[in-house]
Amino acid sequence: MTLAEVVLSTMFLGLIAYGLFAGADFGAGIWDLLAGGTRRGARQRDLIEHSIAPVWEANHVWLIFVLVVLWTAFPGAFAAVVTTLYIPLTLAAFGMIARGAAFAFRKSIATLGMRRFLGAAFAMSSLATPYFLGAVVGGVASGRVPPGIAAGDVVTSWVNPTSVLGGLMAILVCAYLAAVFLCADARREGAEDLADRFRSRALGTAVLTGLAGIAGLFVLRSDAPLLFEGLTGRAAPVVVVSVVAGVGALWLLATRRYAAARYASALAVTAILAGWAVAQYPYLLVDDVTIEEAAGGRATLVAMLVALLGGAVLLIPALVYLYVLFQRSPVDRDADAPTDSPEAVVRDPSGRASTA
Amino acid sequence: MVPLDVLADAAENLYPARMQMAVSLGWHIVFACFGIALPLLTVFTEWRGHRRGDADLTGLAHTWAKAMGILFAAGAVSGTLLSFEMGILWPGLMDRYGEVFGFPFVLEGFAFFIEAIFVGVYLFGWDRLPPRVHMLSALPMVVSGMAGAFFVVAANAWMNNPTGFRLDDEGRVVDAEPWAAMFGPSTWPQVVHMLLAAYMVTGFTFASVYAVGMLRGRRDRRHRLGLLIPLTLAAVVTPVQIGVGDWIANTVADNQPAKLAAMEGLYETTAGAPLSVGGIYMDDELRYALEIPNGLSLLIHHDPDGVVLGLEEFPADERPPVNVVHLAFDVMVGLGSALLLVALWFGWVWWRRRRIPGTPWFLRAVAVSGVAAIVAMEAGWITTEVGRQPWIVYDLMRTEDAVSPAPGLYLGFYAVVIIYLLLTALTVFVLRRLARDKDTAAPQEAAAEPPDRATGEVAVR
Repeated sequence: MTLAEVVLSTMFLGLIAYGLFAGADFGAGIWDLLAGGTRRGARQRDLIEHSIAPVWEANHVWLIFVLVVLWTAFPGAFAAVVTTLYIPLTLAAFGMIARGAAFAFRKSIATLGMRRFLGAAFAMSSLATPYFLGAVVGGVASGRVPPGIAAGDVVTSWVNPTSVLGGLMAILVCAYLAAVFLCADARREGAEDLADRFRSRALGTAVLTGLAGIAGLFVLRSDAPLLFEGLTGRAAPVVVVSVVAGVGALWLLATRRYAAARYASALAVTAILAGWAVAQYPYLLVDDVTIEEAAGGRATLVAMLVALLGGAVLLIPALVYLYVLFQRSPVDRDADAPTDSPEAVVRDPSGRASTA
Repeated sequence: MVPLDVLADAAENLYPARMQMAVSLGWHIVFACFGIALPLLTVFTEWRGHRRGDADLTGLAHTWAKAMGILFAAGAVSGTLLSFEMGILWPGLMDRYGEVFGFPFVLEGFAFFIEAIFVGVYLFGWDRLPPRVHMLSALPMVVSGMAGAFFVVAANAWMNNPTGFRLDDEGRVVDAEPWAAMFGPSTWPQVVHMLLAAYMVTGFTFASVYAVGMLRGRRDRRHRLGLLIPLTLAAVVTPVQIGVGDWIANTVADNQPAKLAAMEGLYETTAGAPLSVGGIYMDDELRYALEIPNGLSLLIHHDPDGVVLGLEEFPADERPPVNVVHLAFDVMVGLGSALLLVALWFGWVWWRRRRIPGTPWFLRAVAVSGVAAIVAMEAGWITTEVGRQPWIVYDLMRTEDAVSPAPGLYLGFYAVVIIYLLLTALTVFVLRRLARDKDTAAPQEAAAEPPDRATGEVAVR
């Protein structure tokens, strides 16, 4: 592995983290959209809110991380991608603003009308943002971004069969991940009925995602032959891992083993992303610019690796602390439900919520 | 693609792209200030509260923590847009120089990540963590906020004084040294100037909120403390900032003489140059200005007869727009001096009498000091950013060569204006609600009853 490939792989780890964590957050927003009327959906929306409130900002930073590593280590390819695909990227950024602001401020606002408006903004942008990001991936993977600033077509680079597939797959994967994650969250809050509801949703979206994946292969065969060749050739083992993990997750969900299902579905999604990377290798811009050609100078790459390692040493414990603190704490959804004193709960070793 | 088409589009895109960047940055920087300084203010107040068993202080700190959560959320979403815009609007800059000056943004990514994590921990853990652990969880926020400011301002300082690389015969970057690029001549003065500005903005703004409350007759202990603590922070920092201003002006004079000349509207290279306040620059001359004889030479060279370079030394197409820069500079210095007077007034009365000055005029002055500090900070950024024009990388790359030629780019500007208007309205609305009702939930807090079930008080821990 060359230095440039190491840096790119690290960036890709960030992308996978974004896909898994922020993806689940986006998916939660999609389920918020589909939760039903204000009163009927209230409990689901509560659960969604509790699941993502303390972590969504941190989850979101992974994308910024991906952007800054790209523009420092692979500046030319970065400039080519963001200028040719500036429309879906701008729309995705607007979606992130609308989503973040709406979600953040929804709970600070008491009037029902404003809350509904912000809730709708949150939910709609949860649908739109992953679509546009998936469309960007589709444009890059199908080789529609040539080198050079704004050298590609700013419309057809993201309005094309592979981009539509990428967008739809992104939405499905986000919804699927969120449903799986919310199963375990609902159980932790002692709401088995909600867990069951999200379980059937997870199973449903899993089947849909699988079908879309199979149909997608036919789309890729005609629209992105190089990617298709990679996915069915070099990346075939990774694709198999994804399928096996996906089927395993189905079985775990069916038998209500939600915690294990989380890991299996995370592995399945990771393998989809990794499959894309392996299929596209060694190109950064298919089939014009390789990773090696796009990389910046050696000093920059070394500095980057040092920073990434040093940063990870600081970051990972902090991140683990956040998740542990949050997952161990009770969430009293009903004002009349008694809670333990905060100290007692933080020390509760079982990690179970005690509000049920 | 026909090269001429590209050029035509780029020229069309330049102005809207600059305005879009100005709106996005100008909006974000206000929230960045709170992200930098508010953690310190909050945890200090929480610490005093715990030490003295003072419920007023811990209550105040809790309200500020919630405000911090709201402001941080607004800053986070606007910061995300900025990282897209760096590439979408200025691909020429990123393409050529990304490997040199992109690096501090990677470090800033980590700093921001850690700050985001601990904002979550701090707010979520308010009553869940033991006080000592909770206050410790604020430290990473304080440190990463300052570090983040360093990294971003270092990148900006690089654009003012690019270092840490060589150009080959074809103008391509070779031997990029990203660590060296972070420590150019402008980095430290700019970073310190910005950090102090962040503390001033936060201190004066928070004090002004309580000054307004006191003017409306709410003179309880909570209001007095709410005014006292932030104002003390701001009052301590302001005189230091004036000194740092002298430092940074000297750095600009040494490294970007054209910017300094524009700040002062000085056309002719002059020995014993005056300090000019106000006036209009036309036909290579500053008219109707109030002049302090030898003031500029004294400030820059600490010598009344020192020679200051004028705009005549630079080709006409390498001069920044003088009126904008000169006006912005005067606004910054004027407001900074006014804030210094407020700080001295407060400091004098506190020293002699141990109390907040009694006259309502003092409260009125504090009430407007928040807006004044924000305007001064924005004027400072306009001075340095417009003063660098026509360059995006000083002396190396023109802004018009960095802008994206993508068709339709200018539409983004209108969208950004609308989005920021909405975002501003929403943020102000939520902050006002927090001011009225202390129990308003911050974005990172988990519990708030949906309105159809909550009656009366919203249950928040």
